[in-house]
Amino acid sequence: MRLSRVLRTSAVVAVAGLTLAACGGGGESGSKNLVARAKEDKKITIGIKFDQPGLGLQTQAGKPEGFDVDVAKYIAKELGVEESGITWKEAQSAERENLIEKGDVDFIVATYSITDKRKEKVAFAGPYFVAGQGLLVRADNTDITGNTALNGKKLCSVKGSTPAQKIKDEYSKDAQLQEYGKYSDCITALENGSIDAVTTDDVILAGFAAKSPGKFKLVGEPFSKENYGVGLKKDDAESRTAIANAITKMQQDGSWKKSLEANVGPSGYKIPEPSPVTEK
Amino acid sequence: MSGAPSVLYDAPGPKAKARNIIYTVIFGAILVLIAYLVIAQLAEKNQLAGEKWTPFIESGTWVTFLLPGLGYTLLIAGLSIVIALPVGAIFGIARLSDHKWIRTVAGVIVEFFRAIPVLILMIFANEFYSEYTDVDSDNRVLFAAVTGLVLYNASVLAEVVRAGILSLPKGQTEAASALGLRKTQTMTNVLLPQAVAAMLPAIVSQLVVILKDTALAGGALSVPDLLRQANVISGNFGNTIPTYIVIGVIYVVLNFILTSFASWLQKKMARRKKTPKGTQPLIDAPSQITTTTQAGAAGTGGGI
Amino acid sequence: MFDFLGDYDILGAFWTTIQLAVLSAVGSLIWGTILAGMRVSPVPIMRGFGTAYVNVVRNTPLTVIIFFCSIGLSSTLAFNLAPENSPTFIIDNGFRLAVLGFVAYTSTFVCESLRSGINTVPVGQAEAARALGLSFSQVLRIIVLPQAFRSVIAPLASVLIALIKNTTVASVIGVAEASLLMAEMIENESDAIILVFSVFALGFVLLTLPVGLLLGWVAKKVAVKR
Repeated sequence: MRLSRVLRTSAVVAVAGLTLAACGGGGESGSKNLVARAKEDKKITIGIKFDQPGLGLQTQAGKPEGFDVDVAKYIAKELGVEESGITWKEAQSAERENLIEKGDVDFIVATYSITDKRKEKVAFAGPYFVAGQGLLVRADNTDITGNTALNGKKLCSVKGSTPAQKIKDEYSKDAQLQEYGKYSDCITALENGSIDAVTTDDVILAGFAAKSPGKFKLVGEPFSKENYGVGLKKDDAESRTAIANAITKMQQDGSWKKSLEANVGPSGYKIPEPSPVTEK
Repeated sequence: MSGAPSVLYDAPGPKAKARNIIYTVIFGAILVLIAYLVIAQLAEKNQLAGEKWTPFIESGTWVTFLLPGLGYTLLIAGLSIVIALPVGAIFGIARLSDHKWIRTVAGVIVEFFRAIPVLILMIFANEFYSEYTDVDSDNRVLFAAVTGLVLYNASVLAEVVRAGILSLPKGQTEAASALGLRKTQTMTNVLLPQAVAAMLPAIVSQLVVILKDTALAGGALSVPDLLRQANVISGNFGNTIPTYIVIGVIYVVLNFILTSFASWLQKKMARRKKTPKGTQPLIDAPSQITTTTQAGAAGTGGGI
Repeated sequence: MFDFLGDYDILGAFWTTIQLAVLSAVGSLIWGTILAGMRVSPVPIMRGFGTAYVNVVRNTPLTVIIFFCSIGLSSTLAFNLAPENSPTFIIDNGFRLAVLGFVAYTSTFVCESLRSGINTVPVGQAEAARALGLSFSQVLRIIVLPQAFRSVIAPLASVLIALIKNTTVASVIGVAEASLLMAEMIENESDAIILVFSVFALGFVLLTLPVGLLLGWVAKKVAVKR
């Protein structure tokens, strides 16, 4: 496995390096749809985040945990796959459509917002959760109350993300913006007092805050709506319905709320009522 | 050199000894003061707290995060050097070709890729593979990282090889052709083996460069290398600073071993050659850079 | 097909790159010379510090160093390089911290080049200087370093070219230089990545090639004839 990968890499890179034109072997996916495959093989590959506390986080023991992970496990179970049959795969934001289209994962549960642009490439089931853009500040902060009170304040977000720019453009023009590669850098800077607030989806912030209870708090009302969906192959309607049903069931039997309480509850984040599943 | 005073200053007399002691005390005091300020500030910001550091004495952190990351870093570096060496050798030789157009083409390619930052090569390669090929996502970032490193380092190694061949005495080529060897035979049987032997320290030094540059891939391409494991570790324990310190130390130790190996190799090589009379060095020769300067007729940009 | 290029401040980004490179080059030259001086000085603690500094910093990835300057020095140790109440604090501070990081890193290469340059100075020069009664700092300042510098211009040019390219790493702490803009443009203009890449590649070729040629010429011109 390792050797063949090495050989393939060497070959492709050598060719590409010289001619700047490469042809790699593509991922193959079975002709059957997800539901049928899951039933038959009892195996499934799910894309999640590996570095987001409370949602999808690879733990020291090697097993991932978080709300997204719980949702994924629940769906897998409804499709007839036990936890031991799940292969977890890291799905970074920029890679998600690619992973689905090439069949590297069966579906993705990774703070994946349903948007029209993405719907051109992949299908969504859900939303399984509705997040909004939020602000995280230190627990002892009193002067930041919402997105309009950020003039002259130092705001942190990750590179290339639209949320922070939106605040600057629409609400607080004189906010200063620090960009880092990842949220944990922003959280450290916030903890140490060199910036005043971190902004992104509120539930992501709550996940970080839940890791260090008492240090941070979420402020203001969420000022956008992010519908998190489960992403899967575009033409697989049957599986999409099956996943949507699983989400509805999870919301109704109480395990949805229980998972949220356990994963992001300690941050003081107010857990919303489940919103109806519209993409099915 | 053991204990002998440098040629740059006299053996200290009583006055100089006293002055040296004063310098030592002042300089030492400044270092201690800085260290104290850093530690005090770290403690104040709660960065020295036990729970931020204990993860690194638990085996799970190493087995799940650090070791796989280190393995991946070494995989990228290994692949890159293995591919860059032959590619670099080909281009280095091509630049010495008798045919003008081969020389020119090879020269332009080498100079072009030496002029462009590795980071930019990597970002471009990643987008290129994603737009125009269907390599799967796991391999794509790996390919992109390796492509960027190979393009740059092969062009540096091409210069190392070229300079190495040029540094050989002319008699070698002349003797080879007197024996009736063809140009290719002269190159592969006579010149290249000697040049590679002479260039070995520079090649090891280049490996250090590659190893450090793999960190660019972790930062820009989200390759699961050692540096990127920092995300997951600090996501788990909220300990960004300690994580970066530990990862930084791993890199330093790794590279220090390689650098030491390079300078050991260089000393060994130097001993094999006869030192010309009267050119005794002023100070202990620094490793790495000397190799590149000697090798670099055109000043290879391989040092960093 | 070229019109979207006008939507981005490419010249501005490269101007930031140039500023980063020039300031870092000057700083590295100064700090690198001091380090080289320490490494050959008669005071053991300075030699020890110089050696340790060079070995640690040179072997650390630049990405980690730049990151430490921002998250470590600025955020944690509260060591800032711009007035904290300034309305452009984050931009100024980030830029200056990046310069600091580049100086810390590049100076180790300057130091090592200089040390090898010191070796090209014949022993007799230093011996003659000592015989005249010059002190260590006088020997170094008046006799050895001026000759050493002239012989290491070529390797220092390589270091400078590497530095120009290394400034791209400042993007990890959000400094708006060329590579950050390129990443953004590639994301927005995914159908023209070759063109975007060519523009930035050309920019760097234009920055580095003249430096190499010019300094190569200077190196030949000032080389000590022996």
